[in-house]
Amino acid sequence: MIGLRYVYAVCRPFSTPLQAQLSGVAGDPPRLLTHHGLVAVVSHVPEADFAEEPLRAHLEDLDWLTGVARAHQGVIDALTTVTTPLPLRLGTVFRDDSGVRTMIEARKESFRHTLDRLEGRVEWGVKVFLEDAPKPEAAAPAARPASGRDYLRQRRSQTKSQDELWQRAELFATQLHETLSRVAEDSRLHAPQNPALSGASGRNVLNAAYLVPRAGSEEFVEKVDQTKGELPGIRVELTGPWAAYSFAGDTAPESASDEERPNAKERS
Amino acid sequence: MTVVERREIALVDLLDRLLAGGVVITGDITLRIADVDLVRIDLNALISSVNANVPSPFEESR
Repeated sequence: MIGLRYVYAVCRPFSTPLQAQLSGVAGDPPRLLTHHGLVAVVSHVPEADFAEEPLRAHLEDLDWLTGVARAHQGVIDALTTVTTPLPLRLGTVFRDDSGVRTMIEARKESFRHTLDRLEGRVEWGVKVFLEDAPKPEAAAPAARPASGRDYLRQRRSQTKSQDELWQRAELFATQLHETLSRVAEDSRLHAPQNPALSGASGRNVLNAAYLVPRAGSEEFVEKVDQTKGELPGIRVELTGPWAAYSFAGDTAPESASDEERPNAKERS
Repeated sequence: MTVVERREIALVDLLDRLLAGGVVITGDITLRIADVDLVRIDLNALISSVNANVPSPFEESR
């Protein structure tokens, strides 16, 4: 069958079978391709949709992208229940199985290194929102400004409270991030989310990801829960557990490892 | 372990991870879609998923 290979993730070999009814992107159930002691999780995808040009065009179609993103996530999710997968970025496509093997071979050391680092860890997402301030008119039926000077004074106090709110939100987010970073092994800051896309109310002041050992997840979640409702006007949202998407990217290049070099030879 | 109530994952959270996270593999064999091209997709709705250190998602207008 002619087709390209869509790769979701690389993992260590695992013995528990994946859910049988799992359908990957383009409806092709994920297959396991083992090479050099590593497993690539692969679907066959049609060239008409996943070759470079059509893929590029499709990625601008939000509905299509949503479908692929959900299917990709579905496979990663299923993998997470049986192993610790190293997720690849959406849309990683190879021409054939031998292309996938070549890729594994070229990067096996950094895959192993990253898989070791991620083993038994999950990612939690934490977002902080500053709720939209109620309209000042509605908040207090303030007396109509009697004079221009009163008006300016009112304006100034409104702006000031708005600024204070911002500062408090920033401070809250910074402190929360510090607290959570102490419980987590690693953290990443994502760009704040655009309300137009998220549909969430309020302004996103923190959008962070934390790498947490499974065993430490309960404590982490409690820490987040404790902060909820701590400050009026601030909303904290938790997502997860995710596979460690945000911590997969920084695999060290194969040749750049100089850890083993210093003095090893001279001593012998 | 603790499980957060299972509701459908928000697309925006998913795209934060799938378009900005994950191992990026570039090389002759891949179709080179994985790296920069992907986070610069000319799609209005995706502005926010563009990585903060990628200056403009609309550099190449089509």
